[in-house]
Amino acid sequence: MAVTLSERAAKHVSNFIGKRGKGVGIRLGVRTSGCSGMAYKLEFADEALEEDLVFESHGVKVLVDPKSLPYLDGTELDFVREGLNEGFQFNNPNVKDACGCGESFNV
Amino acid sequence: MALLQISEPGMSTQPHQHRLAVGIDLGTTNSLVATVRNSIAVCLNDESGTAMLPSVVRYLADGSVEVGARAQAAQTRDPRNTIVSVKRFMGRGVADVAHVESMPYDFVDAPGMVRLRTVQGTKSPVEISAEILGSLRKRAEASLGGPLAGAVITVPAYFDDAQRQATKDAAELAGLTILRLLNEPTAAAIAYGLENASEGVYAVYDLGGGTFDISILRLSRGVFEVLSTNGDASLGGDDFDQRLYCWVIDRSHIAPPCDEDVRRLLMKAREAKEVLSRYDEAPIVARLSSGEQVDLTISRAEFDEITRPLVSKTLAPVRKALRDAGLRAEDIKGVVMVGGATRMPQVQRAVGEYFGQEPLTNLDPDKVVALGAAMQANVLAGNRSVEHDWLLLDVIPLSLGLETMGGLVEKVIARNSTIPVARGQEFTTFKDGQTAMAFHVLQGERELVSDCRSLARFELRGIPPMVAGAARIRVTFQVDADGLLSVSARELSSGVEANVIVKPSYGLSDQEVAEMLKSGFEHASEDMQRRALREQQVEAERLLEATAQALATDGDLLDEAARAAIDAAVAALSQAVGAGTLAEVKKTLDALSRATGNFAALRMDKGIRSALTGQKIDQLEV
Repeated sequence: MAVTLSERAAKHVSNFIGKRGKGVGIRLGVRTSGCSGMAYKLEFADEALEEDLVFESHGVKVLVDPKSLPYLDGTELDFVREGLNEGFQFNNPNVKDACGCGESFNV
Repeated sequence: MALLQISEPGMSTQPHQHRLAVGIDLGTTNSLVATVRNSIAVCLNDESGTAMLPSVVRYLADGSVEVGARAQAAQTRDPRNTIVSVKRFMGRGVADVAHVESMPYDFVDAPGMVRLRTVQGTKSPVEISAEILGSLRKRAEASLGGPLAGAVITVPAYFDDAQRQATKDAAELAGLTILRLLNEPTAAAIAYGLENASEGVYAVYDLGGGTFDISILRLSRGVFEVLSTNGDASLGGDDFDQRLYCWVIDRSHIAPPCDEDVRRLLMKAREAKEVLSRYDEAPIVARLSSGEQVDLTISRAEFDEITRPLVSKTLAPVRKALRDAGLRAEDIKGVVMVGGATRMPQVQRAVGEYFGQEPLTNLDPDKVVALGAAMQANVLAGNRSVEHDWLLLDVIPLSLGLETMGGLVEKVIARNSTIPVARGQEFTTFKDGQTAMAFHVLQGERELVSDCRSLARFELRGIPPMVAGAARIRVTFQVDADGLLSVSARELSSGVEANVIVKPSYGLSDQEVAEMLKSGFEHASEDMQRRALREQQVEAERLLEATAQALATDGDLLDEAARAAIDAAVAALSQAVGAGTLAEVKKTLDALSRATGNFAALRMDKGIRSALTGQKIDQLEV
């Protein structure tokens, strides 16, 4: 069981945390909402909770709550650039179908 | 496929509910757009990686419009259809625009705001600014991957209502939802995170390409308040280029250059200026179209020397702003530097020496305003948790008031009041049976209507007839967070109401704002005298009218001698009101009120007698 960051994503995350001035890592999760079942959660983490599963990827701590993990297992978070737009993208092998926008998905 | 950004803990948005918000610095020379991404404010670049969009718009014969660097490149080829520095025309009539004659545009003096005739027809400054905003909006939507929820646009702190309204209109035309107009110095302070800093007073020193502004802000309990502003509408980095250009002409002994060579040398001067911000000397080498060769080297010390007058020229408004705020240089807790020209070491040094501390320079002075606006937009769009929320206060630049009898101005909201603000004042009728009242809304520091700027007029009708002074009319002035004024008047017994939203008559330059302030100070004592005279005159007119009416109804109560005495006093006062001095009006006014004292007593007796006639004593309510 693991959730990872691509090297590029890790570089950006540690850069953002540095500029933000605080944070132990990032938190990945899923919530039940959205147009296609589940929605991703991507937040800075100021502290690890007791139940959190903590992965380390290219020097960045990735926190996942145990309820989200089954939906995210094997996911790699990547940082991509599309024209002027740039941001993070979940490459999640569990996803069967996603809505066109990619913000929510089904497993 | 949407790309995700990292949210603050607990602030993940629902899918499809990203509130994309941007901050826009709509500048005279350059404009920028910024947003908060992954909790960090960043300027959004165009395809070539440039953040600054030259504020230049070109209208082409084929109906297309160019904005930015491409338009700027065509400036010399197609000057009439290429509009630069349109911000100077926002909310201005042609008479208010400085140096109209030296501009290449075909001005049309339309009512309200000046318009420019281009190959695509007449364009207003609002439309031209909307092109710039539209271009930034497109860039932002491409960068953020969706439509914008809203934008915060910055304006100079001294912008009046007309200029603010014009900016809002331009944003609307560009399809932007305005979350808020924000004063530029306040945005700069936010970018430096001063709202999290310790409480105190901060100065924002903004030396742009062509304008200089100084603002004094107070931060207390996380709230910014603009205490005072000052500046020079025609002093900026370009003047430093000009000084250096003159030095080149002086040293190189070349013939007076043609227009093209002037431009070439000015560009070289600008380059040298930028080099001198990093190195101790800079070469200035150019081959002119006349065949002459310029080959000079200027040292930083020489550059400092020739630009010293410009640097000290910025310190005069700084002193004035401090004086307006009632503060001294040592009261200032921090100094924020804004504008590309503040990169010059001699400017930083002079400001540092004046305030006795190192100014804040670690953010890019060209971007700092846009970054602050983005941070504010992020809060207003609801992307930050409430505990971090903060409120901003700005001030109104000139007092707002109403015309009262005798052409006097009654100030309702004093200048430098923080906005949003609402102030009410009660007025009354001047004549018996008066059923309508005209309101004249004015802006300015002087005591007489003729010396202030007229903003709007409206009427309140349907006041129930009452004796003079009995009606109570409450007039409320309200200035919203964007600095726009609405005035309402309400008669309290009947509830009749009238109001006006001041979309003020366009046309007041920064220079004029400064002039109005200055003349307010200079004419203070003269104004006081004039005000006192007018007040006595109004009082005299009131007494004359009351006396005339009393004589008409109860003249028979007087014997001949008493009647003659009153008539004489009336004549003396009438004459004094027309031509007299304050002392004369006062004297004759007192004389008339003494002369009529006995008459008033007689009338009172008569009034009581008639009230008592035919009444039984036990029916009287005492």
